[in-house]
Amino acid sequence: MTVLRPELEPAVPPPESSALALPRRHYLNAGYSVRSWLLTLDHKRIGLLYLLSITFFFVIGGLAASIVRLDLMTPQGDLVQTETYNKLFTAHGVIMVFFFLVPSIPAVLGNFLVPLMIGARDLAFPRLNLLSWYVYMLGGAFTLYALAAGGVDTGWTFYAPYSSTYSNTYVMATAIGIFITGFSSILTGLNFIVTIHKMRAPGLVWYRLPLFIWSMYATSIIMVLGTPVLAIAIFLVGMERMLGVGIFDPRLGGDPILFQHLFWFYSHPAVYIMILPSMGVVSEIVPCFCRKRIFGYGFIAFSSVAIAAFSFLVWGHHLFVSGQSVYAGLVFSLLSYSVAIPSAIKVFNWTATLHKGSISFDTPMLYAMGFIGLFTMGGLTGLYVAALAVDVQLHDTYFVVAHFHYIMVGGAVMGYLGGIHFWWPKMTGRLYPEGWARLSAILIFFGFNLTFFPQYILGYLGMPRRYHIYPAEFQVLNVMSSAGASILAVGYFFPLTYLVWSLFYGRVAPSNPWRATGLEWQATSPPAVENFAETPVVTQEAYDYPAFDAMDAMAAKGLPG
Amino acid sequence: MTTETMPHTPHPHTVAHQFDDATQQREASELGMWIFLCTEIMFFGGLFLAYAIYRHQGYAGFAAASHKLDVLMGTFNTAILLTSSLFMVFAAHAAEHGDRKHFVRSLSLTIGLGTLFLLIKAYEYYLKYEHGLMPLGGLPFHWEGEHRTQAHQFFNLYYLMTVVHALHMVIGLAILGIYLAQATHDKPVSELASRVHITGLYWHFVDVVWVFLFPLLYLI
Repeated sequence: MTVLRPELEPAVPPPESSALALPRRHYLNAGYSVRSWLLTLDHKRIGLLYLLSITFFFVIGGLAASIVRLDLMTPQGDLVQTETYNKLFTAHGVIMVFFFLVPSIPAVLGNFLVPLMIGARDLAFPRLNLLSWYVYMLGGAFTLYALAAGGVDTGWTFYAPYSSTYSNTYVMATAIGIFITGFSSILTGLNFIVTIHKMRAPGLVWYRLPLFIWSMYATSIIMVLGTPVLAIAIFLVGMERMLGVGIFDPRLGGDPILFQHLFWFYSHPAVYIMILPSMGVVSEIVPCFCRKRIFGYGFIAFSSVAIAAFSFLVWGHHLFVSGQSVYAGLVFSLLSYSVAIPSAIKVFNWTATLHKGSISFDTPMLYAMGFIGLFTMGGLTGLYVAALAVDVQLHDTYFVVAHFHYIMVGGAVMGYLGGIHFWWPKMTGRLYPEGWARLSAILIFFGFNLTFFPQYILGYLGMPRRYHIYPAEFQVLNVMSSAGASILAVGYFFPLTYLVWSLFYGRVAPSNPWRATGLEWQATSPPAVENFAETPVVTQEAYDYPAFDAMDAMAAKGLPG
Repeated sequence: MTTETMPHTPHPHTVAHQFDDATQQREASELGMWIFLCTEIMFFGGLFLAYAIYRHQGYAGFAAASHKLDVLMGTFNTAILLTSSLFMVFAAHAAEHGDRKHFVRSLSLTIGLGTLFLLIKAYEYYLKYEHGLMPLGGLPFHWEGEHRTQAHQFFNLYYLMTVVHALHMVIGLAILGIYLAQATHDKPVSELASRVHITGLYWHFVDVVWVFLFPLLYLI
C-alpha cells in the first residue's frame, strides 16, 4: 500500500534457527506493573484488555450454550428445570450479543489496528478509549451479578410487557448492565469516526484506506446512531418496572409493540455492527493470501457504508407477525431484500479476488474462506425470513436461530478468529503454531455446520425456538446439533490453548510475516509505544500485491530495491 | 522506491501527544462533540417518538392534561434558558480572546441562569406533587374527568422528558463550574477556549431540546 521497504527484511521468512529477536523496546515491555496496564492510554494495550475481557465473556456465554445443547439431547429436557433453561438461553444471548459480538472486532482489533493502519500515534481520544473499557467492565459486572444472583429469563430481546411488568427475575440488573455497556460502544464508535476523519497520515486519502478502516467507519456510524435508541428503550423498561409509567404496559395505556420498534431499531443494525467488522477483516486477508489486488475496492468500500445506511431501514422485518400494518410489512420486506445487494457485492468481489490468485491456505485464509461460505448461507436464508409469507411459517422457529448463527458465528466469529490469527504476530511478536491452528479452523468449520445446519431443518419442520421440551420426532436432529456443538467447543478450546502457549514458546515473528501491504506491517512486531518512529507518508493504493511481490523478488536476487 | 517521512515537530504542552498540532486537536474535539450530540438526538428521539405516538392516540387526554401545566412558568423558564445560552456564547468569545474578566462574568451568568431554571423547574414539580399530579411509583393521581389513562400517560412522559433534560443540564452545569473554578484559579483562559467552545455546543443543544419540549408539553 505505501512505502515498501523490502530491503529491511529478507523476502522469505528465515528458518527457525535464525536469530530473529523481538525489538528491544515495544509496547508490551514498556511497563510491567498492574498500573501500567489498568491506567494505560495506549490503544494497543487497551485492545489487549478488551481481548482478555471479551474472551472471558465468550467462555461464560459458551458454557451457557453448552448446557442448553446438552439439555436438548432429550425431548423431555432432563438436565435442568424449565426456569433454569429459560435463564440459560437468556444468559447465552445477552452475553454473546452485548459482551462478546458487539465489542469483539471493533474493541480488540479495531482498537489495536485503526491507529496503526492510518499511521497515527493513537486514537483521537485515548482517555475516552480507556473509559470505554471501564464502562464495559462495569456493565459486565452488573450483568454477571444478575447471572449469579439468580439470572434473568426474558430472552436477550427483553420483550415488554413480560420484561417490564411480569418477569420476577433480575431484569433490572441486567438492563442496567446493558445500558451501561452501550456507552462503551458509543465511545468506541465516536473515537473511531473522529480518528479516521482527522488522524490519517499524510497522503492517506480515503481511497487509499484499507477496507478494514472503511468497515470500522461504517460500524462506528451504526454504533453511534443505534446504541442510544437501545439505551432509551431499556431506560423506559426500567422506568416502567420501577415507577409504573405507562409506556409499554397496555393496562396503563402503553403499547408493547413500541418496545419492539425501539428495540429492533438498534438490534437489527447491531447485527451489522457484528458482521461489518468481519467483512473488513476478510477484505484484508483475502488479497494477502491470493497475492492480488482486491477486486472492486470502491464497491467493497461503499457497500460497507450502504449496509450501514440500509441497516436502519429494515427493523420492521422482526415485526411481521406482531400485528404490524401489512403495508409496513411490504415496505420492510422490500428494504430487507435490498440489504442483500451490498452484501452480495462483497461476496462476489472476494470471490473475484480469488480468481487466478496464487492462493495459500494459511489459517487466516481458512477462516476467511469459511466466512465467505457460511456468510453466504446465512445471508441467503435471511432472504427466506425477509419474505412476508415465508416468515409466517418460519418466524420464531429454529430456522431463524440457524440463520442468525450462520451470520453471527459462521460470519462474525470466523472473521474475528481469522483476524486474531492474522494479526497475532503483530500484537504479540510471536507466531502461533500453524498446524494446530489449521486443524482447529477445520474443526470449527465442520463443528459449526453440524451444529447449525440441522437447525435449519428443525425450523423448517416447525420446531419453535426457546422451547425446553419438544416432540420426540425432533430428537435426531437435536442430537446431531448437540454433537456438532461439542466439536465446536473443542475447536474453540484449541486456539485458547495454543495462542497462550505461543506467547511463551512461539517463534519470534518478523515485522511482516505474511508479506502483507498495509502500514501496520511497517511497524515492528510488537509495535513500539508510539507506533512509528516517524510519521509515514503514503504514496500508493492499498493492496498493491503485484508490485509488492515484484520488490520482494528483486530483493531476493540481491538487486537494489 | 524510497521512504519519505515527516519529522515529528516538537509539541507545545497544550497539544496531546497523539495530535500533530493545535488545529488538529481542536478539529478533532469539535467533531467528537458533534458526533456525541448526534447520539443525544437519537436518545431523546426515542422519548419524542413515544410522546408523538401516545399523543396521537390519546389526543383529548393529552390536551386536558397539558392545560394543567403552568404556561407562565414554562415561558419564563424558556426565556431564562435562552438567555443563558446567549451568555454561553459571550463566555466562549471571551475565552477565545483570553479576556478573563468577561469570561468569568459571562460564565457565572450562564451557570446562574441555568441553576435558576432548575430551581423553577423543581418548584413546578413541587406544585404538581401538591396537586396530586405526579403519578410516579405509586404516588396518588388526582384526576377528575375523562381520559384518566391518557392524562396519566401525559404526566409520566412529562416527568421522564423534563427530568432527562434537567439531568443533562446538571451535567452541563458541573462541567461549566469546573471551568469557572479553573479560570478563577489563574489558569489562562485562552487554554480553556477549545473546551469551553465544545461544552458550549452541548449547552446550546440542551437548550434546543427544551425549545422542542416547551411547545410539545405546555402549548399544543
